[in-house]
Amino acid sequence: MQDLAVLFKGNNFQRLMGGLGVTLELSLISVALSVVLGLAVGVLMTLKNPVIHALMRLWLETVRIVPQLVLLFLVYFGLAKTFNLQLSGEAAAVIVFTFWGAGEMGDLVRGAITSIPAHQRESAAALGLTKAQSWRYVLLPQAARRLIPQAINLATRMIKTTSLVMLIGVVEVLKVGSQIIDAARYDAPQAAVWIYAVVFFLYFFACWPISLAAGWLEKKWS
Amino acid sequence: MEKTVLEIRNLTKRFDGAGVLNDISFSVREGEVIVIVGASGCGKSTLLRCINRLEQPDGGEILLDGKPVGGGDMVAVRRQIGMVFQSYDLFPHMDVLGNLSLGPVQALKRPKAEVEAEAKAALARVGLADKLHALPRQLSGGQKQRVALVRALLMHPRMLLLDEITAALDPEMVREVLNVVLDLARDGMTMLIVTHEMRFAEAVADRVIFLDGGHIAEEGAPDQFFHHPQTERARQFLNTFEFDSIKKS
Repeated sequence: MQDLAVLFKGNNFQRLMGGLGVTLELSLISVALSVVLGLAVGVLMTLKNPVIHALMRLWLETVRIVPQLVLLFLVYFGLAKTFNLQLSGEAAAVIVFTFWGAGEMGDLVRGAITSIPAHQRESAAALGLTKAQSWRYVLLPQAARRLIPQAINLATRMIKTTSLVMLIGVVEVLKVGSQIIDAARYDAPQAAVWIYAVVFFLYFFACWPISLAAGWLEKKWS
Repeated sequence: MEKTVLEIRNLTKRFDGAGVLNDISFSVREGEVIVIVGASGCGKSTLLRCINRLEQPDGGEILLDGKPVGGGDMVAVRRQIGMVFQSYDLFPHMDVLGNLSLGPVQALKRPKAEVEAEAKAALARVGLADKLHALPRQLSGGQKQRVALVRALLMHPRMLLLDEITAALDPEMVREVLNVVLDLARDGMTMLIVTHEMRFAEAVADRVIFLDGGHIAEEGAPDQFFHHPQTERARQFLNTFEFDSIKKS
């Protein structure tokens, strides 16, 4: 138990919080970009154009099949080796997580839009609403209700997955945690358990409110 | 002689080459209630859906108050022709008041307070005064269809198209919906009704149109059609609703 004291040694705690800041910053930027791009991608996915359809399908399958870590290595090391383009780890992370998130988000948007029954569109039209009014008052509010719980779920998955970026040299919360543990290896051999437990709770408290919100919205709109 | 509200001339509709509606012509006078009957797949619903262009006809003309429908501004035409569907088509994310006021407020740009007052009064007339703030999922099927009727009426349409509005209802709820339609008929609402409720059709119709294979096979007063059908197809069709001559064993 006294090994937990490592957490408050020197500026360890501030460093851990700084790492959490990096994690949340990367997540927030990637999630925000994914939502914006995903909305556009989702609308593209509902189009019947076969070329667009094939491209979107390829993108979605790629981000689903290829592990995020492989994508991170490809962008971070691959670009450097092949095109002599040395991105920062953070930039590579944002690119990969946005590439993944926008694809997944696009599919969620597509699902939300196409799951609205055709007769909703027809009754809005029969009521004399214009196309724009139908979307604004009838179709989009219903799509949003289906979308938001799933989008929140995606956001928590993205936050968790940012822990992979320590492998391309980004010092986020998990990396700071291991640095603290390594530095205290001889003074406090049991620190690993405690520091990782703290990291566990940091992730938990970052994602839990979001999960709660998802559950609450799901219940409210079911 | 009353004014003609709707005139249909030589309407034709094909799906994948197969004729669903062939050369349909008839007109609807102001205040007239026309019931369209026929076997499943005879084109009844397609006919209604062509009138407000939820389906695109392949030929013929439709005139509303003498003006051709189609080509240009369908939105304006749809505001004058109310339609209620078989499926419960209320907007599930809005309460009853929201459903009722959306069209008049957004499409017709009428003042919200005025529309809501009218909605309340109209809802009370169909026996749903206490459901103003209920969500559609809290209503029974019959209640939903009454709200859907009121929603169409609040647009002050020239006429109503009712597409099998009781077909998805439990039998005990059919009556409460049909009573509303009967009231509308008495008030002089012009209506084109597709239904499988033959007794109701006989009660509410000024004229019956029997569709068979995309043609108007027979047309006439309800008394004549239901009791002295002229064509063999109509006789066969009406017989499918009779169980008098059938005994178990």
